[in-house]
Amino acid sequence: MLTARDQMPWDFRRTALDLDSKFFTGLTALATFLILAILGVILGNIVWHGAEGLSWRFIISGTERDMFDVNKAGVLPMIVGTSARVILMTIFVLPVGVITAIYLTEYAHPLSVFTRVIRGAVNNLAGVPSIVFGLFGLGFFVNFIGGGLDRVLYAAEAEPHWGRPALLWASLTLAVMTLPVVIVATEESLRAIAPGLREASLALGATKLQTVVKVVLPQALPGILTGAILAVSRAAGEVAPILFTGAAYYMATLPKSLADQFMDLGYHVFILSTQSPDIEKTRPILYATVLVLLVLTFALNIVAVLIRARIRRQMRHHQ
Amino acid sequence: MATDSSLQGNAAARWQSIRRGQRRRPLEWLAERGIFLVSLSAILLILLIFIFVAREALPVALGRMTSAHASDVIAPEDMEKIPPAQLQRYLGLSTKEFAAMDAETRRELMKVKVEAREERPDDPDADLNTTRWRHLLLPHRWSGYEKPEYIWQPVSPIPKYNLVPLIIGSLKATLVALLFSVPLALGAAIYVSQLAPPRVKEYLKPGIELLAGIPSVVLGFFALIVMASVMQTVLGYASRLNALLAGVALGLAIIPVVFSIAEDALTSVPRTFTQAALALGSSRWQCAWKIVLPAALPGVFAAVILGFGRAIGETMIVLMASGNASIVSWSLLDSTRTMTATIAAELAETVFGGHHYRILFLVGALLFIVTFLANLAGDVIVHRLKGKLEGKTS
Repeated sequence: MLTARDQMPWDFRRTALDLDSKFFTGLTALATFLILAILGVILGNIVWHGAEGLSWRFIISGTERDMFDVNKAGVLPMIVGTSARVILMTIFVLPVGVITAIYLTEYAHPLSVFTRVIRGAVNNLAGVPSIVFGLFGLGFFVNFIGGGLDRVLYAAEAEPHWGRPALLWASLTLAVMTLPVVIVATEESLRAIAPGLREASLALGATKLQTVVKVVLPQALPGILTGAILAVSRAAGEVAPILFTGAAYYMATLPKSLADQFMDLGYHVFILSTQSPDIEKTRPILYATVLVLLVLTFALNIVAVLIRARIRRQMRHHQ
Repeated sequence: MATDSSLQGNAAARWQSIRRGQRRRPLEWLAERGIFLVSLSAILLILLIFIFVAREALPVALGRMTSAHASDVIAPEDMEKIPPAQLQRYLGLSTKEFAAMDAETRRELMKVKVEAREERPDDPDADLNTTRWRHLLLPHRWSGYEKPEYIWQPVSPIPKYNLVPLIIGSLKATLVALLFSVPLALGAAIYVSQLAPPRVKEYLKPGIELLAGIPSVVLGFFALIVMASVMQTVLGYASRLNALLAGVALGLAIIPVVFSIAEDALTSVPRTFTQAALALGSSRWQCAWKIVLPAALPGVFAAVILGFGRAIGETMIVLMASGNASIVSWSLLDSTRTMTATIAAELAETVFGGHHYRILFLVGALLFIVTFLANLAGDVIVHRLKGKLEGKTS
């Protein structure tokens, strides 16, 4: 498929040998391939060393005996904890993100100041440091909402029930953090839908809401899926926001309710790399844990990038 | 970026302003109001984040807290002699709390004060309120030191909360990250958007964006376990974990940010610009360097600002790779401690509502403000640039 850009006289050649141009073009190409090489080295190193320590037993066993014991430690509780918080987060973030994106593309006047403010807030939310999300989760969800629930529901008890770090609060904090990811991805896919489709639906007598819900949204499903996947892959690897809102250093059992704390893959990578009694000895389980985390986040990311590339191609067709 | 002609532009805001179905179907009107209300969530959340982080920091920011050890105490026997208002202030209670207490509880509290007086460290600095802004930002000559110094030492008999070492630490790591990542990311952005053959470009862009998919804790791990040893062997410095290592690892995290925004800005330069330059006989490099880059310069600047915001707020990488020693030094080879890493490492061990806790929230509020301004500036610059370039095409 040739686009208009390919047919432009890009191959215009100067008659004299232009060394400067060749040199600098080479330099920028070098920068590009250097970045890709670094990416390759990081991934290669982790896969190479991680595969050695990885075993079926490692994935399905817990840490009942000793989390630093190479032969007995496993990552099942961390996989469960990370999956649980990510699934909960998706349930919270998806409706809000998709509805906001629908408003921005289908209802908001594209040039109004108000739309600019919403977009600015979304962009800003994407740039808030992850540790600040952690502080916000602690101050708002744990202390304010959780503490408030305790005062209302469990006024007689001295022990905090909701006013402490928990799975629910960690998921909500991550949902706030990944909201922009879902909004931006959904918006992009809504924009890629041919405007004629909307007009055709209106011409057949559908109302606007019917058009949006029954014609536009189903078309945007791959994009919404991309947004969800990107949000999951971003959230699965984040550690800073859950440090104070739910992640536990060690737990003997799996989390049973929303009010429980949980063990987490990313946090466990941090613990194994910084608090291990003997870093040389625990290196195999450290690498294996990193590999498991990377498979979770990276595999999802590749899927999202592929879907996104398809949507972008689709969008170019409409112009 | 190419825009969809019927969704953008003033004349073509038709679809967005259509209100068909509202008049005859009140439920649809209600649903559409609902959609509008939900879309306000991003604004609400930004406000909530600031309010709730600042709320915890407020007592320190307003100077309402004290870390000074009690110096003058009133004997519990004298309780009846002093007026209630003075007693309430002395015990540090709110009016409501004070009214709810009986005389016996008050007497107990006064005894606690006397006991605290006896445990007071034998140090002339014990009377200082180290949570005041003066001590947070200016150097102080602590007893036992020869000259005024900036010290962050929250866990000690006299807690010292000077923020300057942390700010310097954050700036050092961020500066290294920018110096390392901006040339690479900008070079790649020029290559991918202007010089690469279109077929190669299809693969390069998603490839570089994949770097953003590596969690920061994994980059921190890689810096700590692999890069630290390699860089120490090659460069031969003393401290294994330092600002240089943390900065380079941080740079890896912000390369995709800088690259994406810069590439987007370069691509949004109208094709007519390049066509004109090429028609006049320039090489593609000359066209990219002298025509496209200057036109997209604000976008490149925005990319650097947003990269700065991302780098200064990154936590896990610096927590794992910087060494975390809070010393005032501009040397890149010294171990260093950033604002984000300090919050992550210390908050779990603080007393809830105590001064250390509140000062860490204050650091968080500062980070929020700095990144908020960086994001706002970047956002405005990109928006203006797009408007300008799109205006020129029509």
